[in-house]
Amino acid sequence: MLPYLQYTFPNDIHIHWSIMIVMYPYITGLVAGAFIVSSFYHVFQKKEYQPIGRFALLTSLAFLLCATLPLLNHLGHPERALNIMITPNFSSAMAGFGILYTSYLVVLILEIWLVFRKDIVHFATTYKGIRALPYRILTLGVYDVSDEAIKTDHKVITILATIGIPSACLLHGYVGFLFGAVKANPWWSTPLMPIIFLFSAVVSGIALLIILYQLMAIFRGTEVSQDCVRGLARWLWYFQIQTVTLELLEIITLSYERNEAWEIIAPLLTTKLAFSFISVQMVLGSLIPFILLMVTVLLDKYLHPKVRNSLTFFASILLLIQVFAMRWNVVIGGQIMSKSLRGLRDFHPEFLAKEGILPAMLIFALPFVLLYFLVKVLPPFEKERQLAS
Amino acid sequence: MLKLPSAPQSNGGKIEDEDAISRREFLTSALKMAPSVALFVGLMRVSPLKAAEQALGMIPGTNYDPSEHLFAYVVDINKCIGCGMCVKACALENKVPDHFFRTWIERYVVSEKGEVIVESPDGGINGFKPMTPGFNVSKSYFVPKLCNHCANTPCSQVCPVGASYTNQDGAVLVDSKRCIGCGYCVQACPFGSRFINPLTRTAEKCTWCYHRITKGLKPACVEACPTGARLFGDMNNERDPIRKIVTEEHIAVLQPEKLTKPRCYYLGFDKETR
Repeated sequence: MLPYLQYTFPNDIHIHWSIMIVMYPYITGLVAGAFIVSSFYHVFQKKEYQPIGRFALLTSLAFLLCATLPLLNHLGHPERALNIMITPNFSSAMAGFGILYTSYLVVLILEIWLVFRKDIVHFATTYKGIRALPYRILTLGVYDVSDEAIKTDHKVITILATIGIPSACLLHGYVGFLFGAVKANPWWSTPLMPIIFLFSAVVSGIALLIILYQLMAIFRGTEVSQDCVRGLARWLWYFQIQTVTLELLEIITLSYERNEAWEIIAPLLTTKLAFSFISVQMVLGSLIPFILLMVTVLLDKYLHPKVRNSLTFFASILLLIQVFAMRWNVVIGGQIMSKSLRGLRDFHPEFLAKEGILPAMLIFALPFVLLYFLVKVLPPFEKERQLAS
Repeated sequence: MLKLPSAPQSNGGKIEDEDAISRREFLTSALKMAPSVALFVGLMRVSPLKAAEQALGMIPGTNYDPSEHLFAYVVDINKCIGCGMCVKACALENKVPDHFFRTWIERYVVSEKGEVIVESPDGGINGFKPMTPGFNVSKSYFVPKLCNHCANTPCSQVCPVGASYTNQDGAVLVDSKRCIGCGYCVQACPFGSRFINPLTRTAEKCTWCYHRITKGLKPACVEACPTGARLFGDMNNERDPIRKIVTEEHIAVLQPEKLTKPRCYYLGFDKETR
């Protein structure tokens, strides 16, 4: 590297926001994305997404319940974390976290309760003894499942799901805003940031549900609905194109307007982030799934269901990696570049440290464990619901 | 036993001469007269006098009133010799952990063609060794850096719990008992002046040695500087030399385009300095 690009401010040697802060937007992105997928059915009434409508809601909840874990693990004083809600400083964007998180949690739990209410009442009345107890509690004493009551439920569900879309977008757009509104960091500071975060969140949510839906179908021994996969693949392709376009737009603008920071951002992307940005985010995570999904969408009528399933499955895995790489390149990349705009530093994540790779993997595994139990308690798929009744 | 002020009942309950006793005396006496209040405050584990003084915005145990001051800091780049005494003094005075800096010195070496080498080995705490840059040096200088105590500070703005705040005297401070250690302020500071102390796990920065300036002393770095490159003073004091410099000299601030309005001013500023 050029010698004049080697000066970082002495305090900039430390990367204060490490893997945990990469995990946080990644997890909230999956929360928002999964919710958007659920709204395809619950708000827009698209029948082809009916097989995953309920499952998407549970996925969103499982990830939402774990969304604060990386933050708590990151904070220097997690015991003071609730101060953000009790004594917020409203000039800080971060102070909005408590309000956005709780309001979305309330909307989501209410919607899930209403969507599953008929099942809950059914289990509460058919199961015996200790098995019925959790369901009896979950009914909240309401056993009315008459057609009229269910009709009212559906009306409220549509309203909640409709409120849920902007709530989920705010919850995640806010995360993008946290970065996008830091004027000290030219790699973060752009109004595009919340939008890029949102679009990539939808990409990750759809991708996760394609993967989970297909895996669940294999383990449950059921057919994968081709209408559902076909529709999801289309949306995935659409949102992927939007996301990558925006990501490139940000960089092209910086470069074209000869932004003063481009002098350091260009070497950042081509040296320290060469692997995670160029190889992973742009080639492996964007170009390849773009081609895979293009084949899936454009050659749809020639595809055997197994081929369609496999193509969307692999494209989804690559896109989940892409979105993670994007979070990594934003969060870590922004700190690799010193605010002196004169130098880049190194970042070597540790495996066992408090904010290391292992804790990050454990935190990421937790929502899947939660989801497993949620699916056991509230079966979201038709087959299990019919068996249970 | 302190003498209590006489009860002013003769003129309808109004206090006739408010200046007859000092505020401190009054507070001490008043609180001694109210054992129930003292008991309550005692139960809250706060000394009554301290609580009353804090409520008035004063620094407990002193007669310091922040509203009477507006501090400023001036760095004269032409006078700095890069000895590192200021960095050392700061580290000793404030128990700054190794490899973290409340203040540091940068060396700029500029060539005829405009090439620039900037360095700050260990914050300049041990001074600077001679170097061979590999080009014809046209100018070279040292720039001491510290928190700019910005009037429009992004670090306090982003603190989610209000642990970071600006005092009436212009000092930007961190309440380490309130800080949650999220690090958002570290990211928001464009000057790299903040860090998370690995021992306290809270945000830390230059306070202008607040424990010293509230007693009328100068910050440790200013005291330690052998050439007078660092100046500290009160803009509210008409006879303070810093007021003359800030109001009459050609001064610059770091990254003026960020519009953070620093209260740390530079004399002899070069365009390469960021």
